[in-house]
Amino acid sequence: MAHDTLYAHPEAPAPEPGARRAGALWRALFTRWDTWVVIVLAVVVVGAGASVDGFAGPRNTQFLLMDIVAIALIALPMTLIVITGEIDLSVASTLGLCSAVMGQLWVAGLPLELIVVLVVVLGAVLGVVNGVFVTKFGLPSLAVTIGTLAAYRGLSFVVLGDQAVADFPRQWTDAASSTIGGSPVPWSVLIAVVLAVAFAVVLHWTPFGRSLYAMGNNAEAATFAGVSVNRAKFWLFVASGAVAGLAGVYWTLRYASARADNGSGLELAVVAAVLLGGVSIFGGRGTLLGVLAGVLLLGSLRNALQLADVPADTLNVVTGALLITSVVVPNVVGMARSWLRQRRHQRG
Amino acid sequence: MKTSEKHAGAQRADRSDVDGQRPDRRTGLGRRILVARELGIVVALLLLVAVTTVTNPAFLSAQSIRDVLLGASILVILAVGQTVVIVSRNIDLSVGAVLGLVAFATGKLFGAAPGTPILVAVLVGIALGAACGVVNGVLVAAARVPALVITLGTLYVFRGIDHSWAKGEQINAADMPSGFLRLGTSTLLGIPLLAVIALAVVLLVGAYLQSYRSGRELYAIGSEPNAARLSGIPVGRRVFIAFVVSGGMAGLAGVLYAARFGTLDATVGTGIELQVVAAAVVGGVAIFGGSGSVYGAAVGAVLLTTIGSSLAVLRINPFWQQAVVGGLILAAIGLERLLAARAANRLRGRTSHGA
Repeated sequence: MAHDTLYAHPEAPAPEPGARRAGALWRALFTRWDTWVVIVLAVVVVGAGASVDGFAGPRNTQFLLMDIVAIALIALPMTLIVITGEIDLSVASTLGLCSAVMGQLWVAGLPLELIVVLVVVLGAVLGVVNGVFVTKFGLPSLAVTIGTLAAYRGLSFVVLGDQAVADFPRQWTDAASSTIGGSPVPWSVLIAVVLAVAFAVVLHWTPFGRSLYAMGNNAEAATFAGVSVNRAKFWLFVASGAVAGLAGVYWTLRYASARADNGSGLELAVVAAVLLGGVSIFGGRGTLLGVLAGVLLLGSLRNALQLADVPADTLNVVTGALLITSVVVPNVVGMARSWLRQRRHQRG
Repeated sequence: MKTSEKHAGAQRADRSDVDGQRPDRRTGLGRRILVARELGIVVALLLLVAVTTVTNPAFLSAQSIRDVLLGASILVILAVGQTVVIVSRNIDLSVGAVLGLVAFATGKLFGAAPGTPILVAVLVGIALGAACGVVNGVLVAAARVPALVITLGTLYVFRGIDHSWAKGEQINAADMPSGFLRLGTSTLLGIPLLAVIALAVVLLVGAYLQSYRSGRELYAIGSEPNAARLSGIPVGRRVFIAFVVSGGMAGLAGVLYAARFGTLDATVGTGIELQVVAAAVVGGVAIFGGSGSVYGAAVGAVLLTTIGSSLAVLRINPFWQQAVVGGLILAAIGLERLLAARAANRLRGRTSHGA
């Protein structure tokens, strides 16, 4: 199917000699969805830098990056999960519950170093719950994580009610927004980059990562090929929970406030970024580079439009339209191509 | 494995329907499933009411029942629309945004033309909602893109349109005619008018899904879209109609929301899509299509609403409500899986006996 080339897998095409090889490489590069996301991202960043006042300034760059760190973090395990054909909609509620618990533990007087560890472990445990429901009981992850979305968000209100814990020590909250040396790049971005590299290595350069594509394309075939589908999915949900917990710590310190409604609705932004980055919702296709470009694209677009005085809520139209375009266009192009091929076939 | 279960689901759905005429007494399979599904949730609802009433007899007073019915009506209507979409193995996450948009539009309509007859306002609301459904339906059916992604996108788009239209403005009850606002509070023979409308919608759509060919075809599509296509069902057209129905229902719900609450801004109905999906799932509608009924979904919506008022009566921290809803969803899909496995076993057993 023509559709396939748009989402081509990251392997390079078989080497051919000389100029033909270069041509094939270029073609392979430009029929890939993530290449186009990177190009659109570059156009948006350059265009906004030139036309929107203050977009390229160091202060705005710092805030733009800080705003997308949480989404970027959660998008990493989400990419792997969607590639296996599952989904985790509970991530934002996990973030909220971890934030609420973090606040209560701080009120209880525990040292923050310990709290951070406990909260990430809590996130992993919440992921275990999802993983058990999906892999042990064989329930659809969409339904399970809609359930835990409600349950975890509910529990975070049970834990913290409608109050906020905001008296975290200055050096911790400052650390969450401090930058590396004199550059506008916040330290938190470095954490995201390190994790992104780790997830990219796992996804693209290990047998485990390759097996995720296999189970996304056909779980049954993957099972027969000796892939332990359920075990892999289980650990992905655990990773998703742990990373959401970490994002909860970051969110709490970044906004210096632990609240039960922290990160409400963030799951939609994460899923939008992942799909925009070229991951197929059916599973089996997508790259981490594409997803990171998708996260940056959504983030910079929102930021630029906000600077251009477009109200934040109206920006939803842009997010939604991008998301729809990113799935409709490749599908329609694919359908058109296979229709054309069929016609050529019939004539010939 | 998935396919075989879906198949079992299809037969199950069909069985529970023919059971109305009791042709299959021998195994009683259909009846047992029906009992486990719709009746299970009714029992859960009755238990909840019983426990709450024992604690505080006032819970069963006419006024309190009226409050619950009034509170549940809008959710019921949304859940009915959602069920039509879910049985066809799709989902509509945009209903909250459509409700918000239509509610605000209704307020604007009365602001611009205070003399608009109520029936016209209701029809305009349904039409606007259905138009949103057309957008969803075209994108899902023609471009063959998963509904989850499309309606997630249109959720953003419709909500964004709502925001850019409202620009932070709030419409108050004073801006709408009192006759229209009475629609939200008046009663018919002691029953809230909203609840009567909701009941009518449930019966109408229930009859359609149960007894009309195109309604039955939605179940076939949800059970196995490819098989449905091969057997000549116009899958795209049916799915399209399902989304238009869901949009129209969300539109109706939006108008009723405006009548009931009177205070409207661009955030109306935010996040309600999850409650709607929860109501359907708790009511026994399988999230991957092929089985479930609007009656179950409606009782699910009433149950979710009752939990809210029960917690208050039982003096439990109201913050528990959402957590309980989450637990209910997990329990419901767990039970659904258990029943599906048992039904599949039974069907397999019967075939091997050569029946």
